[in-house]
Parts: sequence; structure tokens; C-alpha cells
Amino acid sequence: MTTVTRPVAPVGDPAVGRPKRRRTPKDGGSGLREKKSLPMTAIMIVFLVYSFAPLFYLIVNSTKSQDDLLSTFGLWFGSGFDLFANVRDVFTYNGGIFLQWLGNTLLYVVVGAGGATFLATIAGYGLAKFRFIGRRLVFAVVLGSIAIPGTALAVPTFLLFSKLGLTNTPWAIILPSLVSPFGLYLVWTYAVDAIPSELLEAARMDGASEIRIFFTIAVKLLTPGIVTVLLFSVVAVWNNYFLPLIMLSDPRWYPLTVGLNQWSQQASGVAAHPIYNLVVTGSLLTIIPIVVVFLLLQRYWQSGLGAGGVKE
Amino acid sequence: MSSRALPGVKADPTVGLSGRRRRKSRGGMTGWLFVGPFMVVLIAMLIVPIGYALYLSLFRDQLIGGNHFVGLANYAQLLQDSKFWSGFLRVLVFLVIQVPVMLVLALIAALALDSARVHAAGFFRIAIFLPYAVPGVVAALIWGFIYGPQFGLTGSFNSAIGIDLLQPFTPSWILTSIGNIVTWEFLGYNMIIFFAALRVVPTDLYEAAALDGASSLRTILSIKIPALRGSIVIATIFSIIGSFQLFNEPNLLKSLAPNVIGTFFTPNMYAYNLSFAGQQFNYSATVAIVMGVITAVIAYVVQVRGTRSENR
Amino acid sequence: MHKRLRMVVGAALTTIAVTAALAGCSSGGSGSASGSGNASAVTAALKKGGTLTYWSWTPSGAAQVAAFEKAYPNVKVKLVNAGTGNDEYTKLQNAIKAGSGAPDVAQIEYYAMPQFALAGSLSDLSQYGFDSLKSKYTSGTWGSVDLDGKLYGLPQDSGPMAMFYNKTVFDKYGLTVPKTWDEYVADAKTLHAANPNAYLTSDTGDAGFTTSMIWQAGGTPFTTDGTKVTVNLQDAGTKKWADTWNELVENKLLAPTPGFTDDWYKQLANGDIATQITGAWFPGVIESGAKAGSGDWRVAPIPTYDGTTAVTAENGGGAQAVLKQSKNQALAAGFVKWLNSSNDSVNTFLASGGFPSTTATLTSSSFLATKPDYFGQQDINTVLAGASDSVKSGWSYLPFQVYANSIYADTVGQAYQNGSDLNAGLKAWQAAIVKYGNQQGFTVTSK
Repeated sequence: MTTVTRPVAPVGDPAVGRPKRRRTPKDGGSGLREKKSLPMTAIMIVFLVYSFAPLFYLIVNSTKSQDDLLSTFGLWFGSGFDLFANVRDVFTYNGGIFLQWLGNTLLYVVVGAGGATFLATIAGYGLAKFRFIGRRLVFAVVLGSIAIPGTALAVPTFLLFSKLGLTNTPWAIILPSLVSPFGLYLVWTYAVDAIPSELLEAARMDGASEIRIFFTIAVKLLTPGIVTVLLFSVVAVWNNYFLPLIMLSDPRWYPLTVGLNQWSQQASGVAAHPIYNLVVTGSLLTIIPIVVVFLLLQRYWQSGLGAGGVKE
Repeated sequence: MSSRALPGVKADPTVGLSGRRRRKSRGGMTGWLFVGPFMVVLIAMLIVPIGYALYLSLFRDQLIGGNHFVGLANYAQLLQDSKFWSGFLRVLVFLVIQVPVMLVLALIAALALDSARVHAAGFFRIAIFLPYAVPGVVAALIWGFIYGPQFGLTGSFNSAIGIDLLQPFTPSWILTSIGNIVTWEFLGYNMIIFFAALRVVPTDLYEAAALDGASSLRTILSIKIPALRGSIVIATIFSIIGSFQLFNEPNLLKSLAPNVIGTFFTPNMYAYNLSFAGQQFNYSATVAIVMGVITAVIAYVVQVRGTRSENR
Repeated sequence: MHKRLRMVVGAALTTIAVTAALAGCSSGGSGSASGSGNASAVTAALKKGGTLTYWSWTPSGAAQVAAFEKAYPNVKVKLVNAGTGNDEYTKLQNAIKAGSGAPDVAQIEYYAMPQFALAGSLSDLSQYGFDSLKSKYTSGTWGSVDLDGKLYGLPQDSGPMAMFYNKTVFDKYGLTVPKTWDEYVADAKTLHAANPNAYLTSDTGDAGFTTSMIWQAGGTPFTTDGTKVTVNLQDAGTKKWADTWNELVENKLLAPTPGFTDDWYKQLANGDIATQITGAWFPGVIESGAKAGSGDWRVAPIPTYDGTTAVTAENGGGAQAVLKQSKNQALAAGFVKWLNSSNDSVNTFLASGGFPSTTATLTSSSFLATKPDYFGQQDINTVLAGASDSVKSGWSYLPFQVYANSIYADTVGQAYQNGSDLNAGLKAWQAAIVKYGNQQGFTVTSK
């Protein structure tokens, strides 16, 4: 196991790391060029079909009207092409509430995931680069809290929040999502390798304040790690369902997930009025932004993961 | 590396790194400047609710007759509550089967991508990862449509082969149906984690192996898998926590299979229904605490086991 | 001059309203017998105005609120769709428990009414003289809001049960429209034998349906007297229904499709499910959800056990109630009264496909003459209004029916799932209900 005793290089993108120890993407697994293999590609195609078929279903069915949805085969296009009508309906239905939900989701993501990333970043940096009284305690608490099932806390948190009058406000969603022990852990492990302590010492010799050192030196070196934490926090908040479900009663504060489920529930009961076409199209529209973000930033998060907390 | 047996979670990542020894011990409070904000939020959003849940679990509040202190009576009741234990057993079965299947599939995909013998590897990597960006709610909605035994894809498949082979909503199939959704959501995520870990395995190892004439399989078994151990342990722990928290998928499929997915199908659903349908907040808090303790213990055991096998 | 006069009047009205509000509070706080509000307090509050929050999932909600605000420009109503049925009750219950956050007015279905009323969460509207409105509503709906001599809401809609059937399917397989439950069971056998894909009806176990069917069969499984509750899910009426329905359950003659799923809508549209025994609100649902079935469907009175006397039960439907948490209960009461008794509002509600609870509407010639194309131009409202006249009296729900319904699938649902004896499931349900009630401090006896 000698291989893994060496700390992993703190370079952001593994693809451009130290050439001797890091492989470039074009290299084969053994460091030699391998022939492309059709059977291996075929295996990956099976994975691809599995992963993509449900999304294909979503795309196909977002082009159907409510009537076509009920009367045509699920994995192929229907008689009409109603995608644009559906998109228009999604945005205008019920006074444009979908836009409101989108706005809420963005608010929760920006403040919640942004805040979580910021807190995790400064704390991870602090733990990696400072020794202070109570550090061991922080260490224990953070690691312990990674193992606590988050949803187990939902009910007590709800009761506390309702005593404080925070339920049915954005704070009920934002405050709990500010905690990201795993994010802290990721930045922490990343910072240990990515920020040479000599650099910090040199800056201190020059008389720079700790805050200034953090924002000018550390943030730059931590960027891939920060982006990774940010992306995973964004996904966590964007996909959050349980917490808003119990915290919010007014649809005007709903995020997209809870709102879509309400649309889906609308198909039942005395005044049932099914709008599956809007549920399907709305689901598709909900996924698109997050997929785009992932695609645009994939260079950062893949390297952040590689060199960060899940390395070995 | 034996000193940081489980780099993912257990060991203090700072320990054993050359940087730290050279750094002056900057005792005192500067570290708290960075760690403080995170800890405040962590205490408010995690520690306080846990304390409140503990407090709640010692009382019983009735619709008629008010609130009494009952000591450990709720815990005593829980120990004998067959509903709780049947839900617990169910998630245990779920996790024993679903987690290995998902992780092995993710591992295969990661190894295939890492072998560099796959055409268009970058495309496969991102495409298989995409389901992770799909909110659980949307995933359950999509699969719910697909599972439809009359007109969903399942119905089409069954009528094509002439027998009702697939019955996603029957008692014997329902765990498989849910497991499939969860696998679909997290397969790509785990694949990326493994892939990222493989990327940072130093190439000189492979070169040495190639010089020794080791086969690909041998390289996988003796170099790649050991190098992945830390990631596998982390992925396992997160999957265990996820399984014990199972809620969204069964809760959303409940309207499609009302008699198969009961109110105590998983411990988390039980806690939810106890508090929000039955107003039994105290007992619900007890369920949450017991589940939290069990999860933490099992996560810890997995961690220790992972450590031990690595020291072997 | 003019302005000043208006201010004086305004101040006087404010005083009245505040007094009324305080009176409302004190009656709410102490829970003492009769409230001290009165009819004039409502009028005054409406004139003075204010802001109300109204929770409802009724499709016509927004249009009704707009019309109300036009009629009473000083009142602003904030309409919130806090979820359909159970979802809303969960949130309402949470807000009540938290002591704040509840709306002024909420839509509550009849089956959930006792739960909120007997827990003391709703305002008694008889203090505003609304008990005099009794003659405006059908007896079935009035009986659901008038509990223990207190009036907890005004009925919005009703759901007298009838049999909706697909005439095309009936004709194709030579089925006769059943008058008795025995004939109904016979039809179910004939149809399924002739076409294994087709079922006479769908029912995978639904607490609301079960209780309504027990109601129609003359059962009274739940009786409540203060905090004393008696449960008997094996009384004569309950057994009568269970034994009949067992024929369908045990012989697997029920479509295994849960209601209100997309599969269910598809089967209603293509004829694989040939009847629905359900509330009179059903036309609105099927017309919007299963458009392809247009022209095939008809309605007939619900089958009975003896085949002679018309008797039915309510299924679904609900009322608007004023919450005790409301800071302006008189104004809220005024809104509820307008909502569920003014022509403006009731007509708006009807236009959205709802089924009324007001006798004036049910007997109006224009209502009775409606002949929707979906139902082959049958005058369906004549049949449905007839049903609302034959609702059996004497039914009551549990004071924790919402919870009881939530655990129905765990017990009775298992009988449906296994195709086994419903009576066993009902007994299990009873045991769970008794256990929960006693845990919550009720004195529940099992009979």
C-alpha cells in the first residue's frame, strides 16, 4: 500500500497534474495506450440505455397533450407535437405559479447552497490550517454529524421552527440547508493538500491579515474543491423535497419539487383535474437547469472529487 | 497509509502530513474565526433539534388530556412495536441487496471508463451521471408512469410477451421496484466517485505491473480495487444512511400501490405518518432517535470493518 | 364634511367590530357554551373590511374570491391552495398545534369535520345566527356540519352517491343496469367472464368509499359522545356491505387499479372499467380526466339491497369553516356565508363542475335541465338531485377520522390486496382505531 501513502497532488485538474504521476485522459489504465474495445463500449451502452431511457420517456411525453398522454404508447411520440403548448401552459397555469416556484428554488439554492458552501469553505480551511482550542471537539462533532440521518431531524426541527414562527417562511428551508458537514469535510481534506503552509507563513511574514490571506491566497487554491462542494450543495437544495413538504403550507413559497407533486396530486379527489402533461413537462423543465450547470462545470467538479475528500 | 486507515471519514486528515509539523502552532482563537460560523449553524440546526427530539421522546402529548412526562415509556413501547421493526427489517433487506448491486454496477462502469478502452468515454461518463441531477420526486414520478401495469411500459412489455411477468406494484416486487429507482438515481454518482479515485492512482504502479506482465484482471484486483477501498467504504456508508432514510420514493409510489406500501413501510415513513397524520409527535421523535442511533452504529461498524480489512 | 361623517361612522363600526372580535376570542378561549357574536357583527365586519386568509383547493376558488372582493371592496381575501384534502389537514393540524399560521377560513371535507370541530379548533357559526340557514341546504350536508348542536361550517358541495356506468360496454355485453347489489355482483361476473381485461368497477380499498358504502347499507359503526367513542365495524349494516363486496373482492372482480392514477383514467376512457359508484361530483372528474369516454357514460341511482326503496349516502364534498385562530372571526363568517349561500358564488362554483349543496339550486329548472354531451345528453342532474333527497340520516364519523383513514390501507387494504375476507380487515381496522383513540385520551369502546 505504499502507493497511497503519498498525499495526493494538490493540483486542481487531475488531467493537468504532474505528468509523471498523473495520467492524462488519453492514457490507458496501465499508462500505455490501449485499443478501444467494442465489447467494453457495448457494456457502457447498456449502462447508458438504463440511465437515459427514463429521461427519454420524459422528453417524448413532454410533447404530448393530456389526451395523447393517456392514449398513446409511452416510449414514442404521439400524434401531435405539443411541447411548446405544454411549456407555455406550464408557465402560465394558475397565474404563472411555476415561475414563482422556479424563483423560490433559485432563492433557496443561491442563499442555502451558497451559504452552505461559504460556511463549509471557511470552516474546512480553518480546520486544515489552524490549531486552536476545541479543535478536536469540532472534529468529533463534524464526523459524528455526517452519520446522523438528516431526515430523522425533520420532525423535531419542524416543531422547533413552528415555535419560533419560522415555518411557512423561506428561512425554514434555507437555515437547515446551511449545514453541510460533508462539504466541510471535502474542503478540509482538499485544503490540507492544496494550500502549502509555507505560503501562508510567507504571507503572514509580509504582514497580511488572516482574512486577507484567506481571500487572496486560499480561495484561489481551493477553487476546484469549492466548486465541487457548491455543486453538490446545489443539487441537494434543488432536489430537496422532504423538508419543504413539511415546513411550507403556502404554495407561493414552494420549491419546484413540492409544487410538481402538488400538480400531480391534483388528479385525485372530488375536484380532480388531472394535468399529467404539465407534470411531465414541468419535470423536464426542472431538470434542465441543473443538468446545464453540471455540464458547464464538469471540469471543476470531476477534479474536485478526484483530489478531494473521496480520494484514496 | 495504515495510519489513515479510512481517509474518507475516520482519520484526521491533517495528521501525518509534513506541512503541519512545520507550521507554527497558532493556538488561540484565530481558528475559531473560520470555524465558528459553521459551528453555530451546526449547533442550531443539528445539535439543538437532536436535544429537542430527546426531550420530546420523554413525554406523551394526547389530543385529550394534555402532555405528561412518561420517562422511557416511549422507548419501551418502540422495542415491542412490530410496525417499527417490520419497517426496519424491510430497509435492512433493501440495503443488503440494493447497495451491493448498485456499488458493483458503479464499480464496473468506473473500471470500464478508466480502462480507456471505451469509445466516447467522456460522453458516457456524463450521460450515466445525469440521473443524479434528477430530483427524487421527479424520478419517482417518471418511474411511476413507466411501471404502470396497464398502460405504462410494464403493461406494454407484459402484453408483448403474453404473460404478466412484471408486476412492479405487488408485494413481492415492490422493493425491487423501489431499489431500481434508487439504483438509477445514484449509479452514476457512485461511478463518478470511483472513477475520480481511480484517476489519481499513480501511473508508475501500472507501469510496474505491466513490466511484470500482469493481466488486466490482476491489475484490477491487486491495484485498482485496493486503491478504491476508501471510496468504497465512503460510498457504502452514504448508501447505508440513504437506505435507512428511505422515504421519498416509497412515499410517492404509495398512491400507485396503496395497499402494498403501508404507513410503516420504512421507519422514516412511520415517523412521518405518526407525527403528521397521527399527531404522535413524541413517539415519532422516539422513532427518529432510535433510527439515528442504529444508523450511526452501523455506519461506524462498516467504517471499522473497512479499516480492518485494509490493515490486513 | 362628508369625509368626516364617514370617519365617524368608520370609527363606530371599528368599535363594534373590535367588540365582536373580542367576544369571539373570549368564547373561543374559554370554550364556553354559546358565542357572543351576532348577525349584525358580521354585517359590520363586512362593511369595515380587513384581510382574510382562505385555504381551499376548489377549482373555482379564485373566481369566487374575485367576485367576493368585488362585492365587498374593503375585504381582501388571500387564497392559498395548501394541498388537496389530507395534505391540507396535515398542515392545518400543524398550524393548530403550533398555535399560529392557520388561515381564517378553510375548506374541510365532511369526514374530517368532527376531527377539527370536536378538538375545539373551529368557531361555532350559530353565534352569528347562521343556524337559520338550515333550510337552504340538503339535510345530508347540514347533518355533517351541525354536530352536537353547534354549527361548524356551511356546506360547499355534496356528493350523494349514484352509479355512473358506461352504456356502450353495458350494451356490448348485454348487461342490465342493476337495481340491487345482487344484480350488480352478477353483472360483474358476466362482464369479467366475457372480457378478462374488463371489470365492472375498480376498488383497491378506499376508506372514504368504504365508510360511504357502510352508510348506505345502514351501518353506524362510529358513535361519539363527548370524548366517549364507540366503534363497531361488525354491526348489521357494515356486515351487509362487507358480505356483498366480498363477492367482488374474493373473486377478484375488481380492477386492481388505484383510483385517480393515470391508469385508472385510461381505463375509464377505454371502457375497461365500466362503472363507478361514487359521489355526484364525479361528472366533473371524468369529463376532464377521461375525455375519450365522452358519449359512452350514463348515470343511474345507486343499487340498493332490497331493490325498492331508494337510499344512498354522501361520498366526498365538504364545507368552509372559520378557525378559532382567526383574529377576525366575524368577517370570516361573513365570507363563508357569502361563499356558500349567495347566488353569485354558488353559480361560479357550479360552472367549474362542482355539485351543489343548496336546495334552491338542486331544484332549479335550469340545473335539472342540464344535458351534458359527455353523458349522451342525459339529464343527469335529475338523477343526482334525486339521490340527494334519499341520503340516509344518522351517520357520523370518528373524531379522528383523518388518522383512521390514513391507516385503512394497513388493515382493510390488506384484505383487498390478498382477495380475502373484508370482515377480517374491518376487525383489524377497528382494533387499530380503538388503540389509537385510547392512546390519545379518548375512551373508546369496541362493540
